[in-house]
Amino acid sequence: MNFLAPIGNFTLGLLAEIGRIFIFAWEAIGRGVAPPYYWHQIGTQMLRIGYNSLPVVGLTAFFTGGALALQIYEGGSRFNAENLVSSIVALGITRELGPVLAGLMVAGRVSAAIAAELGTMRVTEQIDALVTLSTNPMKYLVTPRIIAAVLTLPLLVLVADIIGIMGGYLVGTRSLSLNGGAYIKNTVDFLTFGDVSSGLLKAAAFGFIIALMGCYHGFHSKGGAQGVGRATTNAVVSASILILAVNYLMTALLFTGK
Amino acid sequence: MVKMSNSNTAKDHIVLKDVHKSFGPKHVLNGLNLTVKKGHSMVVIGGSGTGKSVMLKSILGLLHPDSGSILIGGRDVTGMKGAKRDEVLSHFGMLFQGAALFDSLKVWQNVAFGLMQGKGMNAKDAKEIAIEKLHQVGLGSDVGELSPAELSGGMQKRVGLARAIAGDPEIIFFDEPTTGLDPIMADVINDLIVDCVKRLGATTISITHDMASARKIADDISMIYKGQILWQGKAGEVDNSGNAYVDQFIHGRADGPIQMDVFKA
Repeated sequence: MNFLAPIGNFTLGLLAEIGRIFIFAWEAIGRGVAPPYYWHQIGTQMLRIGYNSLPVVGLTAFFTGGALALQIYEGGSRFNAENLVSSIVALGITRELGPVLAGLMVAGRVSAAIAAELGTMRVTEQIDALVTLSTNPMKYLVTPRIIAAVLTLPLLVLVADIIGIMGGYLVGTRSLSLNGGAYIKNTVDFLTFGDVSSGLLKAAAFGFIIALMGCYHGFHSKGGAQGVGRATTNAVVSASILILAVNYLMTALLFTGK
Repeated sequence: MVKMSNSNTAKDHIVLKDVHKSFGPKHVLNGLNLTVKKGHSMVVIGGSGTGKSVMLKSILGLLHPDSGSILIGGRDVTGMKGAKRDEVLSHFGMLFQGAALFDSLKVWQNVAFGLMQGKGMNAKDAKEIAIEKLHQVGLGSDVGELSPAELSGGMQKRVGLARAIAGDPEIIFFDEPTTGLDPIMADVINDLIVDCVKRLGATTISITHDMASARKIADDISMIYKGQILWQGKAGEVDNSGNAYVDQFIHGRADGPIQMDVFKA
């Protein structure tokens, strides 16, 4: 029965880690409600997380929209459904690809940056210094990053939706000779508020995950430069996996009710 | 202000009673007892891994002792959290071993951080005080506009010292204040510490293994070994302590009762 021991140890370790993450998140949210509020910190983080991620998210959305248009045109031509390109590109981008790809790109960029910054602050005693200066590090470092990510990810995804649809439009009209007016009309007629808002809701959840994972792993970093490197990797991997898992759960809840 | 409960505790500013702290199977503090009188400069000497930093972090509340009690001005602060802990910490200043300056802030913002975030002072007034404190540690106003990464190790320590004294604290901790500095800069830092402490009339605890530094800044010296204080006396008595551990440490001898874990082939 010895083979069960490592499985048991792994399960207990995983449950303990999940518990620690929940407590960390609860503390970050709970402390965010009470003053003082670090507005300047929130603004700075919104700029770093949102504005600085625009190029990478925009390029990802543009090329994904274009590739999606090509695939749907090629696949649809097998059963004379080429005219569905605009509708499916819009649906695919707003409901799934926009939030998921933006989430993954921002996870790679922002989760890693947060974990590295907080991890370095931890190993160089800067977080301890905050405490000695009567400043709660959870409130000063963690809560503003979570608030900023939850607010900016939906905005980023909105931009990604527009650029992604634009990518599909450009490929559709330039490469596939689709009619531009008809393309836009089909997109506008077919898209509903629910398609866009569900993606934005997902984006807010992904923003929470990205900031939480970056902060959690960075905050608990130990062991010098190697520890900071480990925290950075763990932040990106855990944020990416959670984004994909939560995306499935939210899709099931929002669109199928199951 | 930290309330004083009676005249004895008013005199004994910091008291640690039978403090224990373990990390897993490793017992770092083993019933540590230490008393620091108000306005005195206590230097705790001891080798690496003997519990010096854990002791300081336990007093600050960065670590929580497993048992025992810590009194500041007669008030038991063991396990204190939240706003009460913040209130206690508002009377503290701390110079960290690596200075622990905030990379993302300018030098003056580092010095003024506790004034602005902890005490709610506006930026203009806090900057004036920060520049004044930088002058006290021998740095010009122009340094205030630099980022910590642009400073040398000695300058970073001085900025750390300016930050530690910015709020005119009653208690200041110095964690290895001269480690990593050349002997001349180390002496400059020692002089600044003595000067600042005299000016503020603060109670201080410094931890170091630099005996030159200890002799210069201490009123009293304690020797920590295996998580316990095994000798305490006046700074002038350290050379005639009659304690074999203290003698071995201050003379830096490999032979003696303190055995290092060194692998010999």
